[in-house]
Amino acid sequence: MQMPLLDPDILRRRGEIVAALRAIVPGEGVIDDLDSMRPYECDALSAYRQMPLVVVLPDTVAQVSAILRYCQDRKVKVVPRGAGTSLSGGSMPVGDAILLGMGKFNRVLEIDYANRCVRVQPGVTNLGVTKAVEHEGFYYAPDPSSQIACSIGGNVAENSGGVHCLKYGLTTNNLLGIEMVLMNGEVVRLGGKHLDAGGYDLLGLMTGSEGLLGVVTEVTVRILRKPSTARAVLIGFPTEAGAADCVAAVIASGIIPGGMEMMDRDAIQCAENYVGAGYPLDAEGLLIVELDGPAVEVDHLVARVEEIAKERGATTCRVSRDEQERALFWAGRKAAFPAVGQITPDYMCLDGSVPRGRLVEVLAEMREMSKTHRLRVVNVFHAGDGNLHPLILFDANDPEELRRAEEFGADILRLCVRVGGVLTGEHGVGIEKRDLMGEQFTEIDLDQQMRVKCAFDPDHLLNPGKVFPKLRRCAELGRVVVHHNKMPFPDIPRF
Amino acid sequence: MSGTIKPRDARELRQAIEWALSEGATLDVRGAGSKRALGKPMRGDHVLDTSGISGIVDYAPEELVVTLRAGTPMREVEALLAQRNQMLAFEPPDLGPLLGCAPGEGTLVGTLMGNFAGPRRLSAGAARDHLLGFSGVNGRGEAFKSGGRVMKNVTGYDLSKLIAGSWGTLAVLDEVSVKVLPAPDQTRTLILRGLDDAAAARAMCAAMGSPHEISGAAHIGDRTALRVEGVAPSVEARLKGLRELLADTTAAMEELGTFESRALWRDVRDAAPLEADADWTVWRLSCPPTAGAAIVGRIRGQRPEAKAFYDWSGGLIWLGLPPRPDADHFLVRGAIGPTGGHATLIRASEAVRAAVPVFQPQPPALAALATRVKESFDPRGLFNPGRMG
Repeated sequence: MQMPLLDPDILRRRGEIVAALRAIVPGEGVIDDLDSMRPYECDALSAYRQMPLVVVLPDTVAQVSAILRYCQDRKVKVVPRGAGTSLSGGSMPVGDAILLGMGKFNRVLEIDYANRCVRVQPGVTNLGVTKAVEHEGFYYAPDPSSQIACSIGGNVAENSGGVHCLKYGLTTNNLLGIEMVLMNGEVVRLGGKHLDAGGYDLLGLMTGSEGLLGVVTEVTVRILRKPSTARAVLIGFPTEAGAADCVAAVIASGIIPGGMEMMDRDAIQCAENYVGAGYPLDAEGLLIVELDGPAVEVDHLVARVEEIAKERGATTCRVSRDEQERALFWAGRKAAFPAVGQITPDYMCLDGSVPRGRLVEVLAEMREMSKTHRLRVVNVFHAGDGNLHPLILFDANDPEELRRAEEFGADILRLCVRVGGVLTGEHGVGIEKRDLMGEQFTEIDLDQQMRVKCAFDPDHLLNPGKVFPKLRRCAELGRVVVHHNKMPFPDIPRF
Repeated sequence: MSGTIKPRDARELRQAIEWALSEGATLDVRGAGSKRALGKPMRGDHVLDTSGISGIVDYAPEELVVTLRAGTPMREVEALLAQRNQMLAFEPPDLGPLLGCAPGEGTLVGTLMGNFAGPRRLSAGAARDHLLGFSGVNGRGEAFKSGGRVMKNVTGYDLSKLIAGSWGTLAVLDEVSVKVLPAPDQTRTLILRGLDDAAAARAMCAAMGSPHEISGAAHIGDRTALRVEGVAPSVEARLKGLRELLADTTAAMEELGTFESRALWRDVRDAAPLEADADWTVWRLSCPPTAGAAIVGRIRGQRPEAKAFYDWSGGLIWLGLPPRPDADHFLVRGAIGPTGGHATLIRASEAVRAAVPVFQPQPPALAALATRVKESFDPRGLFNPGRMG
């Protein structure tokens, strides 16, 4: 993984930069000794590690603003970090950049049940939002599997999803407002408790911008009333095609389940060995379909899903009888990654999205690639929205195997793009998929995105080395090329 | 020389924009032209008419996505989806009659460009939440794309969000992919009678905070309407639950069946209660649901004849005021107060719209940022000059 070359001038000025940060953030908020910086050297993409220049942990918006203004003036790079749970290296440090940790912004600021929203600081965990309101019967819908640890600010940066986003949307669909600090130190507020802020939808742009445009200092999210009932149906099929078919048929029948997950044979075996959820070991494809809402609706929909599953040749079809059993059905799925971790020294988790109709074909081709690359692949995915999580099994201690795993992963993502899908459904580009961006986008597409970046951060100081495979200077991107030789083409109808 | 250029495909669209760029000419971008009377008046040198780039490209009901060319009429899209019992869940309004035009004339892309959503905005999201991806041409004459056709996609910046609500000032689209959803089997409405604005807001917020999955909450005159959609047994159970929940608020409750419900919500969606008195000014305000009644109260303190009704559980105010040269913009925006929100001038004469900020003025840092974003797409200001004020 190639990161931008370190700027020797910045490295030489480290002492001066540390002192300047200490003047902004007093006390223990600046960490510059190697041992104490160690916990920050990677995020959840832990195959890649790098010590930052220095770590700073502000606790007021004024400090964040002063830090960014200082960095803008002195052309010092900044990597923002929430809880450090990015799976794509979104918060991986850069050697000549300050690591700006937002962990001290951990307070719930306001709960407004009447307007169904919560205002929090960005360091509050995803689950922390739900914890703050669940005693009143409310919850925050997006539920990435790292929800115990991941921060809401990080969720905004990555537009995080979860197993329920087919019905309830991603972060972007549940976010009402933010306060953020721009690279020049300006503080702006977007949205609030009302819907659809006027002007350009910068709130939508910020969501999923991977920390490249601004540093979020406050977040307002919509909360929902917990559905009164939820039941899960466990459906086993003798073929993967049967399972994929069932997914399409459920949606075509007009049902949008709260969650609809699929696991392949290897994933079923691993999860069952690990958790003992009662998964059918003879199945080639397993679906967990969760229906939620009023009890009478759930019963009605469960019956329809069972009917559809049987029509499609399901060999197992079990409906959860109580909350305990529902939790058990999910336990295997939720533990699928650690379960796979039991049978391999390392695994690489991918995140492509494909049109649902191409699922079977994509799975088959992945198996073929598995033979070519001589590495096993296990599949767990959000079938409802076509978001795949193939896990490639390998041993990171063997550099040759790591290289093959990376190549295999890249081939899978290319396949996703080829069938009309995308490189990443919810984990983000970060450094992990950065060099594959050209598979999905043309140079013009990427230039347009970089120009948007320039509107926020003209010196490319914020989260450098992420998302874009090749950075072009804003001055160069800003030039307008006019083709004066193009004449007004007589063939276009004019009036 | 001013004229209309009507490209027939993406290639001709790009050529037209390259030509305008080389001429230093500005363009008024137009689909069906159904929203010309909305926003700041158009003042480009030429009209770029996208209605020739029309038609459905691909519709995959089981994928919940439709891909279409930018000039495709809304009614064509809605008719297609209806065949498979699907819909655009954000409930796109038809503001034609409100603006003095014929109904059913707009394009889907035109609705996206204004980020207009109807009553189901509350539960299904805004227009921008349904735009999965697009391709188009920027103000440099470059064809580019963003997003895709899949539900979950975080690859690169979400430029679809920026494009939705940009009033054609960032890029001219040639194709969009839009998320669709199953249409509900049944639509019923519980009507509460006799609540004042503040009591109605409390009732609507209580309903929204209940597990009864309300998909529309509006207050018009003395009627407070709560919409429940879905499969029959669920609709029955939720209506019963709602009646119990709100039993203390009013004795007078009634239910509307599917047919009457649809008519009511179509009227709410299209702001039909304000269609009469065509010379009156119409504003659309977005605010926290519980703040709406106080905002209207402050406006009525100055303009007792003001007409208002509420959608989005009280968070969307449709406001009608007698015509004045300044459209009462200081009064309206001043009334929003510290709880936050914004106001858009929807209907006023061209002269008034030219003189008054149609869209909510932004604080300087945000306005400067928005200008830089505009320039990142359209550095020479080719598209819809002055349209957003």
